[in-house]
Amino acid sequence: MKPLPSDSTIEMKDAIGTVKSTAKSLSGGFAVAEAMRQTNPDVVACYPITPSTLVVEKFSELVANGEVDTEFVAVESEHSALSACLAATAAGVRSQTASSSQGLAYMWEVLYAVSGLRLPVVLHCANRALSAPINIHGDHTDTMGARDSGWIQLYAENPQEAYDNALAAVRIAEHPDVLLPVLGSQDGYTVTHSVERVDVLPDKEVKKFVGQYTPKSALLDIENPVTFGPLVSPKHAFELKLQGIEAMSRAEDVIDSIGEEFAFLTGRPLDSVELYRMEDAELVMVVIGSVAGTARVAIDRLRSDGTKAGLLKIRSYRPFPSTRICEVLGGKKAVAVLDRALSPGAPYSPLYTDICAALYSHGVILPLASFVHGIGGRDTYPKQIIEAFQRIEEKLKVGESMNQTEYLGIT
Amino acid sequence: MIRQHTVNDIKKCSMVEQNGLAEIRWHGRGGQGVVTAGEIMAETALDEGRYFQAFPEFGAERTGAPVRAYTRISDEPIDLHCPVSEPSVVVVLDPTLLPSIDVYHGLSNGGVVIINSPKSPSEIAPQQRLKNHLVATVDATSIAMNTLKRNIPNTAMLGGLLSATPIVGKDTCLNVIVRRLSMRFPQHIVEANKTAFEQAFSSVQL
Repeated sequence: MKPLPSDSTIEMKDAIGTVKSTAKSLSGGFAVAEAMRQTNPDVVACYPITPSTLVVEKFSELVANGEVDTEFVAVESEHSALSACLAATAAGVRSQTASSSQGLAYMWEVLYAVSGLRLPVVLHCANRALSAPINIHGDHTDTMGARDSGWIQLYAENPQEAYDNALAAVRIAEHPDVLLPVLGSQDGYTVTHSVERVDVLPDKEVKKFVGQYTPKSALLDIENPVTFGPLVSPKHAFELKLQGIEAMSRAEDVIDSIGEEFAFLTGRPLDSVELYRMEDAELVMVVIGSVAGTARVAIDRLRSDGTKAGLLKIRSYRPFPSTRICEVLGGKKAVAVLDRALSPGAPYSPLYTDICAALYSHGVILPLASFVHGIGGRDTYPKQIIEAFQRIEEKLKVGESMNQTEYLGIT
Repeated sequence: MIRQHTVNDIKKCSMVEQNGLAEIRWHGRGGQGVVTAGEIMAETALDEGRYFQAFPEFGAERTGAPVRAYTRISDEPIDLHCPVSEPSVVVVLDPTLLPSIDVYHGLSNGGVVIINSPKSPSEIAPQQRLKNHLVATVDATSIAMNTLKRNIPNTAMLGGLLSATPIVGKDTCLNVIVRRLSMRFPQHIVEANKTAFEQAFSSVQL
């Protein structure tokens, strides 16, 4: 582990992971609501949509019971939900929202406004397929569509990570080097509705961890009047957008340092990527989201049969930790990328495209196979992951090209 | 034939936990408390310091529609995020599902089946197919009608299940039922559920 950042508020007397957590049985949705209760944001504006509903349902109950001080705005649409968050954060307070699928799609134009205005709003997303056909189950088409909107994107594998990300998101978004909105994602149903053991930090530790939000400039700070969202001519617009690019690239280090600070409290690392059995791995799968756990089970089985398999899980998709990815993938015999989204007409699905670009630009050239799974909530089992590994093993052996995307679990 | 569960019965179902992992599949209908039963098992595992997962199969959350749910319980953290395809325990909350759904599909060798029925296991379950399994029945609907005055057989089925195979502790489970139901229901309903659990626990047919 790298040394703690010098500005860390954590006292060294707290040994790593010794803050005593309480184990609770929570679904991914309720775990995020619990993190929101502990964060106690000033404003939460939501329009409920399945499967993010659990977050909104639980949090509005907390508001009604007086367990948080949050101003809860029950808006009439997702477009209004994010607009309310934009306005609240521009006014100078901490705001959050939650959504899924069509709801996120309806927020589209506001997504760009929030990131362009550099407002640290936090959005809790439950991944769900986009219509048509109408489908309430999980895939990543919704958030992958928002990947270019200037939001940081974190993906959770299980309810614990959804809770952890929900807390880390606040710090990352509000970090003075970043000031960008953060979208924390979890797979619809597979994580949102799965009740699992979640270690919850004590309220006072969370309060200390998230701290107070002090806006750099605020619309309601009448002593220091500012304008938000004026028209910008071609003379300055390009540079302003580039500032967003620079902030995103600074966010890489911030995500890792806040992850280390969090690990110091909980003992759970929150790195931008997570590795499993990678040291001596020859064949590697790159995944994102809840399938990571299933993949680890598959890799253990492959290992016991003599295949040197490993896993690279992407936790931070935006910013994309290209350098780190290239460091760990360099020298491997072959890599399989497992996407949970489609990009019709594109050469490949989004994650593959990113991995491919990262490797090529770093001079790492190796056989790179593309797999797509889980569209519209199709379940993925260890057996399918094992078969995918066997396919690339076989193709390597006979020297066959891997450039054709394969779809897992198709009947 | 109604009898108390014995040590030998527990031994018979020693295969319920494979590699320390118990995988339960619940079959029922919307409104029977299938999802809640799975979550009660999960919370019981939490109280026992174990790891767990409880999740329903979503799609048709209409009252009366067939519903299935899954629970995994383990001494180790659970990584799998897919439905249970080879359950070690199958719980059937509604016997009217038996003709239309293959509830025994994928049941692992040595696994346990518990069905809500007044009939004996040999009358209701395919004996040839389940010859390496422990089959139990419990009349959870009658118990629920007598105690709760409505057909919500989930707490009775939990009693029957833990009598047939003690995946989690009986007393821990009763505590969770009381704790969970007390948050939403008046005392007499909580008591009725406790009675349903106890009656089912002591009236399982093996």
